[in-house]
Amino acid sequence: MSAPARSKAEPWRDAGLEPYVRIAGVSKRFGDFTAVDEVSLDIYKGEIFCLLGGSGCGKTTLLRMLAGFEQPSAGQLFIDGQDMAGIAPYERPVNMMFQSYALFPHMTVFGNVAFGLQQEGLPKSQIASRVADILDIVRMGEFALRKPHQLSGGQRQRVALARSLVKRPKLLLLDEPLGALDRKLREHTQFELISIQEQLGVTFVVVTHDQEEAMTLASRIGVMNRGKIVQIGTPHQIYEFPATRFVADFIGSVNLFEGQLVEDESDYVRVACPQLPVPVYVDHGVSAAPDASLWVAIRPEKITLERQQPDSRDNWARGVIKDIAYMGDMSIFVVLLPDGREVRVTAANVARKSGETFTWDDEVYLSWDASSPVVGSG
Amino acid sequence: MSRSRTAWVVPTALAFGFAFLYVPILAMVVFSFNNSRLVTVWDAENSPTLKWYGALLHNQQILEAAELSLRIAVLNATGAAVLGTMVGLVLARFGQFRGRTLLSALTTAPLVMPEVITGLSLLLLFVALEQSIGWPAGRGVTTITIAHITFSMSYVAVIVQSRLSGFDDALEEAAMDLGARPLTVFRRITLPLIFPAILSGWLLSFTLSWDDLVISQFVAGPGSTTLPMIIFSKVRLGVTPDINALATLMVLVVALGVIGSTLLLQRQQKRLLRDQQLAAAGD
Repeated sequence: MSAPARSKAEPWRDAGLEPYVRIAGVSKRFGDFTAVDEVSLDIYKGEIFCLLGGSGCGKTTLLRMLAGFEQPSAGQLFIDGQDMAGIAPYERPVNMMFQSYALFPHMTVFGNVAFGLQQEGLPKSQIASRVADILDIVRMGEFALRKPHQLSGGQRQRVALARSLVKRPKLLLLDEPLGALDRKLREHTQFELISIQEQLGVTFVVVTHDQEEAMTLASRIGVMNRGKIVQIGTPHQIYEFPATRFVADFIGSVNLFEGQLVEDESDYVRVACPQLPVPVYVDHGVSAAPDASLWVAIRPEKITLERQQPDSRDNWARGVIKDIAYMGDMSIFVVLLPDGREVRVTAANVARKSGETFTWDDEVYLSWDASSPVVGSG
Repeated sequence: MSRSRTAWVVPTALAFGFAFLYVPILAMVVFSFNNSRLVTVWDAENSPTLKWYGALLHNQQILEAAELSLRIAVLNATGAAVLGTMVGLVLARFGQFRGRTLLSALTTAPLVMPEVITGLSLLLLFVALEQSIGWPAGRGVTTITIAHITFSMSYVAVIVQSRLSGFDDALEEAAMDLGARPLTVFRRITLPLIFPAILSGWLLSFTLSWDDLVISQFVAGPGSTTLPMIIFSKVRLGVTPDINALATLMVLVVALGVIGSTLLLQRQQKRLLRDQQLAAAGD
């Protein structure tokens, strides 16, 4: 999970700063179904904020409420300090890029991009130059006279982006912006989106179900589940310190174990997991009731494989390699513990010359650092 | 099973099918060029001739009826296009509002309602209206047009609805998001998209009205005799060759309407397909 190298300000740490978007206790009910459940969220100027969650978690509904296509059943939405209640979509300082792109099929690329500016009643010459500028930024200048169905998926995505940016909105909402692109194009476009965002200084709110996309794009991620925000944090925080079991499981792949607290000190804890031969030792304190049932999450890339039994009283397990998937840059090992539990381990394929290779049915020992496991009770 | 042994099935079935549908019409067309006054006797020496077509042009009664039919057909098509588009829009774009199922059912009901019943019930309505509010006074062009609109608008509604459902709902939202007010959204996005469907519905409504006999019979008054009514009344006295000529012309008008309406929708479809293939090739 590599975030692109860039210096990021962290406006959410600045207590004096007014958030650009404030979502205050917003709920949305459709009949008996609660799509969005009392979500409160602050988004600051210049952020790329990702709403991440599975299908039906309410992320798109939340986005549509920001755009004005749905009205909250309860709670308030503020954009730039202004209450958005009763303000129609065409009066909001917000533009949206739709998942389907929603390009007008009967207009050319130029016509599509110019549409928003025409609604502002700008003079023709000014419209032409602004459309030309934004088409250059998304590198679609030479396609201005094409119709949308004469474009490939990637080109349509660029036109949709240009169309939503040409009005210079302060806030751009993107609904699964890369969902319709193939993998290679998606990776490329992610970085392009970031550079355009930095170039124009727009605040992005991105909805996605793709955690990799969220990781690369986001300055902060809000993980949603069943209409609620379960954790807000930087990609690093979300990945390394998932607040709940759901987040740990949803983001990346993870090995989850159930356990009981056996030693609880302010600077370390020991958790006994029935599935592991020795306790899990974690070098930081955990706030949990003494006899609470806990979950322990260990990322596959933080586990090391060895042939010798580690000479330690915690943080190891024994198993047999059941499966190996060679991925090129790394390999995924599936290790079967004695009680039948499978553990995923990933290892970078750097040691081509050092002899230690593992193969199917090898008996191995798994071990990890005291700083690696994440423990929680939620 | 070998293909060659069954290869004759499809062409034969096709030939029989087409013969069944079109031989009677073809016979009528051929006899419209017959010189003989007797409809069933082919006068080989002096045929083909256009004399019955010429005779039509001097038949004041038929010319008046044709003019009336044309007027009603245009009025009907226009009225049906407006009302049908409204219904189609509401059904395709306004979500699940209360009474939507009812509206949808009411829209399609006239398509399957027996014409005799539609005609009779409209006649009763018009009579009752005239007695209670004095409008429509008597029966004529107005009543026939209203009657035709009641069933033609269903066709327009169905065509417009199906065209709209082929387009992403997000198109209108995107336009609104870009600052367009609802009326502008309709004028610049929705209307251009459904225009081929409206035009096609207009042509279809035109032909439906142009050849309607049963409903017109019920709601027509003295002095408002449409072309199909003339043909029907003449035929009861025995078929004359000029009727063949008249009917041939009517078939021509209907065929042009239907073919035009089909071509309109098809051309759009084809162009879209070709462009999509182009775009895919350019990927």
